[in-house]
Amino acid sequence: MVKTLEKVDVVTVGVGWTGGIIGAECAKAGLKVRGLERGNKRGTADYLRVHDEFKYAIRYELMQDLSKETVTFRNNRKMRALPMRQMGSFLLGEGLGGAGTHWNGMTYRFLPYDLEIKSQTEKKYGKNKLSKEYTLQDWGITYGELEPYFDKFEKTIGLSGDNENPFMGERSSDYPTPPMKKTPILKKFETATKKLGYHPYMVPSANLSESYENPDGERIAACQYCGFCERFGCEYGAKSSPEITVVPTAMKTGNYDVRFHSNVTEVLKEGNKVTGVKFIDRQTGEEFIQPAEVVVLTSYVLNNAKLLMVSDIGEQYNPETGRGTLGKNYAYQIGPGSSGFFDEQMNVFMGAGALGMTIDDFNGDNFDHQDLDFIHGASISLAQTGSRPILTNPVPPDVPVWGSEFKKASIENYSRTLSVFGQGASMPHKENFMSLDPDYKDAYGLPLLQITYNFTEQDRNLHKYITDKTESIMKEMGAKTVVPGAPLTDYDIVPYQSTHNTGGTIMGTDPKESVVNNYLQHWDADNLFVVGAGNFPHNSGYNPTGTVGALSYRCAEGIIKYSKNGGSLA
Amino acid sequence: MANEKKGVSRRDFLKTTGIATGSIVGGGLIGGLIGYNVNNNGGTALEEKTGNTSKNDISTRGRMFFSNDKDFKILSQATERIFPEDDLGPGAIGLGVPYFIDNRLYGNYGNNSREYMQGPFFAGEATQGYQSKLTRAEIFTQGIQKMESEAESRFDTSFIELDGEQMDEILTDFQKDKIKMTGVSSEFFFKLLRQATLEGAYADPIYNGNNNMDGWRMKGFPGHQAAYINDIEKEKFMKIEPKSINTMH
Repeated sequence: MVKTLEKVDVVTVGVGWTGGIIGAECAKAGLKVRGLERGNKRGTADYLRVHDEFKYAIRYELMQDLSKETVTFRNNRKMRALPMRQMGSFLLGEGLGGAGTHWNGMTYRFLPYDLEIKSQTEKKYGKNKLSKEYTLQDWGITYGELEPYFDKFEKTIGLSGDNENPFMGERSSDYPTPPMKKTPILKKFETATKKLGYHPYMVPSANLSESYENPDGERIAACQYCGFCERFGCEYGAKSSPEITVVPTAMKTGNYDVRFHSNVTEVLKEGNKVTGVKFIDRQTGEEFIQPAEVVVLTSYVLNNAKLLMVSDIGEQYNPETGRGTLGKNYAYQIGPGSSGFFDEQMNVFMGAGALGMTIDDFNGDNFDHQDLDFIHGASISLAQTGSRPILTNPVPPDVPVWGSEFKKASIENYSRTLSVFGQGASMPHKENFMSLDPDYKDAYGLPLLQITYNFTEQDRNLHKYITDKTESIMKEMGAKTVVPGAPLTDYDIVPYQSTHNTGGTIMGTDPKESVVNNYLQHWDADNLFVVGAGNFPHNSGYNPTGTVGALSYRCAEGIIKYSKNGGSLA
Repeated sequence: MANEKKGVSRRDFLKTTGIATGSIVGGGLIGGLIGYNVNNNGGTALEEKTGNTSKNDISTRGRMFFSNDKDFKILSQATERIFPEDDLGPGAIGLGVPYFIDNRLYGNYGNNSREYMQGPFFAGEATQGYQSKLTRAEIFTQGIQKMESEAESRFDTSFIELDGEQMDEILTDFQKDKIKMTGVSSEFFFKLLRQATLEGAYADPIYNGNNNMDGWRMKGFPGHQAAYINDIEKEKFMKIEPKSINTMH
């Protein structure tokens, strides 16, 4: 009944940034690669009518259909986990390009400190800086080792940036394209932060400042600052996305194809090798087996972990005993910030997804934590992404949220409000993890992934510290009213916060403490690779895609090596 | 009354806006930090009408969901209280918001087509979000009937006969979760109603709200514009005549 297809060298589960990069690199090296994508084919021509806030930003046209699959959530082990019935806190991707289609394009490199966070923290602050409940670990790779892969990803996407950030890790080459335009709104932030003694720089942007041809010959256009970026696809082909870069690169080798509507339900394993994957055609309901020499899990953080769990590969993490690694170190981010109400009207409706300025003065270990009750920090930014009217109805806290006073105030303040926000790092905690839900199922009869997560003391302390910084910056920017964010309480899955989920399939040097080695090769099967932000043992104070891209190039190199020589690459 | 209507304390306000829980920007935060948005998800836009919806051509607009005139009038009055006509311009009724909501309820949004609707259902904690077994269409139907029965029991008349203050009193009790509904909280219904009203005021006119783009005009939002590359470095605020995506053929 289950039809077995012809064997390929490499199969990827999902075709977004990770699957696209693996596809391009392996196909260029002569391997036959097939991408299995559960969603539709799509590309620039599909985004011509994308300036539609309701369809794309409110109704999530480009994102995952939760009627087929979602996750369950609880704040702690004592709570009953319940399904996330509609999206909120994070926005899951689906279709060619995955979340790489509707990302904003803010592209950072994690800090050298991030990759060696445990040893550096112990060296500088002693073993007890954080309690033992925080399951901190080094990544098993240094910044120096990862740098060539960052460089490669940045060249693929033509990243636009400046060299004004003194805290950045060393770069082997300049940004491929100059920074985006420094608008009057950005200059307010720049002037204020400089005056406070900080070091503002332009957000490294994958919405490109000028047209660019990447080393694979793919062309990316210049950003037009239309103000429809995050949650949207780019109708100009000016936001680097898998479907305009790595996917066509893979296609033109002749060694690559993508099968759409193909939802993988199991990784097949025999002994210490995987043999391929099983998938369901979403249009016909037929089941297929795709045999492969190498299987690469390239879906989102959550599904990569789920597929290993339903396939019973690796040992599930148990918070009671601390044993097991699969599902461990699920982390997120915190968003301390302040809003400011100004007298003057600003062109807030113009923008680009990664148009912004940032300071790293309070990120990583760029400042002394000796007398602080937390480690790490946050990037602090102001972004001009394009404010749109349904989602932007700012009113000061003393104004009602409906009725005539609301209408007047929200219209008045729409073009007079700015926000300064932090992306706060998230440290792993023994009680924050992923597992399989015992009760709820997806459309294919598989258990839903269950997330057990809450903010921790470390998060609350860091949040307070960064909130104060954002408040002082906003005051310096000249807002007549500054509204700082309230203290952090329990994690709530309802309001949008960040699609920067991490962990669960973490990397490292020891099979007892990680799921994959530093080539993202699974410890229990040499021909299984798992790549994405799930590999992060903790989350940093930046957007994750730059680091995900670097790990994907590292992984591709590992697959090519494995295909030649076999065996463990660790 | 005005104080009553505020309904949310500063703390609740901040929590709802995402400040308390920490709103990050990977995806656009200028709006994210301040606001009061029910998280609406799932359904795709549907039933796009291709004709334009300017004042001269509203003949294509019609009701798909509400078959009962009174129900539609109750909805209309409630949305107008949320977003009233004033010296700035039209309110919800003038913008066509009731038609927008009606049309959305007869489709993916109303049917929760892209939400996870499998049981078992439990109320859960607030941090776990929407756990109702009811679809949005069922919630709106029940909520509107409830508004009417509250009007009858409090004022001995229909909701549509009440004066503005009386309507606000009832709506405020929905907002503050003081009305008993079946299978859903009145607070949740109110959030849906408020959010749908704003969507109808500001969505592209192809969805049958934002009549004549007057919602955008009031707000200074130019709608669909091809590019701002030549203007984004200018200091001065730019008033730009808005354009709908229905200008693309």
